[in-house]
Amino acid sequence: MSIAPDSSPVISLSGVVTRFGRNLVHDGLDLEIAKGEIVSLVGGSGSGKTTLLRHIIGLTRPAQGEVSLFGEPLHSGSMHEQIARRRRFGVLFQQGALFSAFSVGENIAFPIREERIATDAEIRQLVTLKLGMVEMEPQHALLMPAELSGGMVKRAALARALALEPELLLLDEPTAGLDPDRSASFVRLILSLREELGLTVVLVTHDLDTLAAMSSKVAVLADRKILSYASLEDTIKVDHPFIERFFRGAQGRRALAQVQGGS
Amino acid sequence: MSGSIAPGIAVDSESGIWRLSGDWTLRALSPQLVSIRRTLATLPRDARWDLADLRRIDSFGATLLWGGWQRHWPQAVELSDSHRAVIERVAQADANQLPDAPRFTALDAIATLGYALFVFRDHVLAFLALLGQLCLDVLHLLRHPREWPLLEISANLFKVGVKAMPVTALVGFLIGVVLSYLSALQLKAFGADVFIVNILGLGIIRELGPVLVSVLVAGRSGSAMTAQLGVMRVTEEIDALSAMGVSRTLRLVLPKVVALTLAMPLLVLWTSGIALFGGMVSARIDLGMSFGFFIETLPRVVPIANVFIGLAKGAAFGLLISLVACHFGLRVRPNTESLSSNTTASVVSAITIVILVDAVFAIATRSVGVPA
Repeated sequence: MSIAPDSSPVISLSGVVTRFGRNLVHDGLDLEIAKGEIVSLVGGSGSGKTTLLRHIIGLTRPAQGEVSLFGEPLHSGSMHEQIARRRRFGVLFQQGALFSAFSVGENIAFPIREERIATDAEIRQLVTLKLGMVEMEPQHALLMPAELSGGMVKRAALARALALEPELLLLDEPTAGLDPDRSASFVRLILSLREELGLTVVLVTHDLDTLAAMSSKVAVLADRKILSYASLEDTIKVDHPFIERFFRGAQGRRALAQVQGGS
Repeated sequence: MSGSIAPGIAVDSESGIWRLSGDWTLRALSPQLVSIRRTLATLPRDARWDLADLRRIDSFGATLLWGGWQRHWPQAVELSDSHRAVIERVAQADANQLPDAPRFTALDAIATLGYALFVFRDHVLAFLALLGQLCLDVLHLLRHPREWPLLEISANLFKVGVKAMPVTALVGFLIGVVLSYLSALQLKAFGADVFIVNILGLGIIRELGPVLVSVLVAGRSGSAMTAQLGVMRVTEEIDALSAMGVSRTLRLVLPKVVALTLAMPLLVLWTSGIALFGGMVSARIDLGMSFGFFIETLPRVVPIANVFIGLAKGAAFGLLISLVACHFGLRVRPNTESLSSNTTASVVSAITIVILVDAVFAIATRSVGVPA
């Protein structure tokens, strides 16, 4: 289905500077992500990918520069507007971050309950639906997070991130710890959600298979800036030692061959 | 909000066809949810539907609509394939109901009671096992003196001993002042002023000092020990230690137990001293009793045995508090609920056990150090 073109970018970062003590992580970083893109954020370890994601979520604020979501500065407006803005995106944290005192079903129901718009019967139905979306069974709703395997935690956390019908999905290492079969079905799931809802997705990943299979754009974070922001084909043409190592290693070539053979 | 069109639902009066329009998404629906719900509740069963003008629908909108359709596809409906897929998914989810959480029955109540007994037995067994393991560790260390975890012991001594000094001093001083003031009020009435030294000396050195410090230390260091071990369990640090072949009792539990057992008698001495000083200050203000007289009288009316009883109590309570704290810390399971309940249980059990053991001490030493 077609989404009405929206001129303002979903995420816009301009002149972002981040410091940890004396360590300069981002130095005047700019990035604009348009609606409907699936953007993979890659970079060496310690290059500040997760920090950048935390800036976008609003958990941390850059020392300088501006973070805007949906065309508005992230920290602008009344408390109510800021909360409403936060509920327009869903986050999948690296460790899942499920509330350990709640069962899986309660975890997924929690954000919907907070909105106070759905009846109990509707919440139950939505929880079943979200569980189905991430290929979990209804009876898994009663399990506690401590009883889940690593992959199940990821999927339950994704179901919770999807609970409020987000327009933007932020994923931190979504397929780390999943077996290849599950990663592939995870990729299919994200692609179908984007198809249906016009989701914008930003993911931090090291998994080249995932990256090659789903991203429409790749943002390379190196030398404290966004080194390149382009489609995968154009990204690998950029001449830079990090890109050389990351994409042209054995695994990189294999993943790229697959995607080129498949498309 | 940019880019979203208000959702609409209306019936065409000529053809009787119901039309949906706009965005049926959670964000677009929530401002006018009440009126839409009202319309959906009054739908005729055999309505015909046209969803061609519907721009977007998400699973919340689809759930709402599905409820309005009373969980059946209407006989006649026109909609695009992608919208059909969204509603289809809701229909499928509806077929697979979420299981109910099991209900709590009378039988469960009895089972819970019985289960509590088993849990208690578990606690006793695990506590004994921990104690046994510690004894074995000590034996091992006596044979291999180079393996004493001295660094950890000294770090723990600083943490539970030195850092506890200000708070125990403050509390001790105030308790001394209060006790002395209240006793002085009564004693003045009988003209028995001098007995303030007996009351304060015996009461603080033998009883109040050790128990007071134990309560403070259980709340301060005991809870910290439980929480530390608990979080180490949650973050798998304890498993990592085991994997490296490092004994967790030797490296984590033993230093805490040794440090608190050593630090507690010293803390008792320190707190009792400060509490007596507080009593002295109060006695001087209230009764006009000089410091010199107080200090001179104290050893005559309070036998030295009381100091040793106080120190012994301190060591015993320190041992118990640290053992209980470590016992509960190692039982934490990887969730926040378990961490909080174990920390609470640790502090409550430690204080209860300390007071129980204090009663045992009182009976066992009833003829020691009391002036005839």
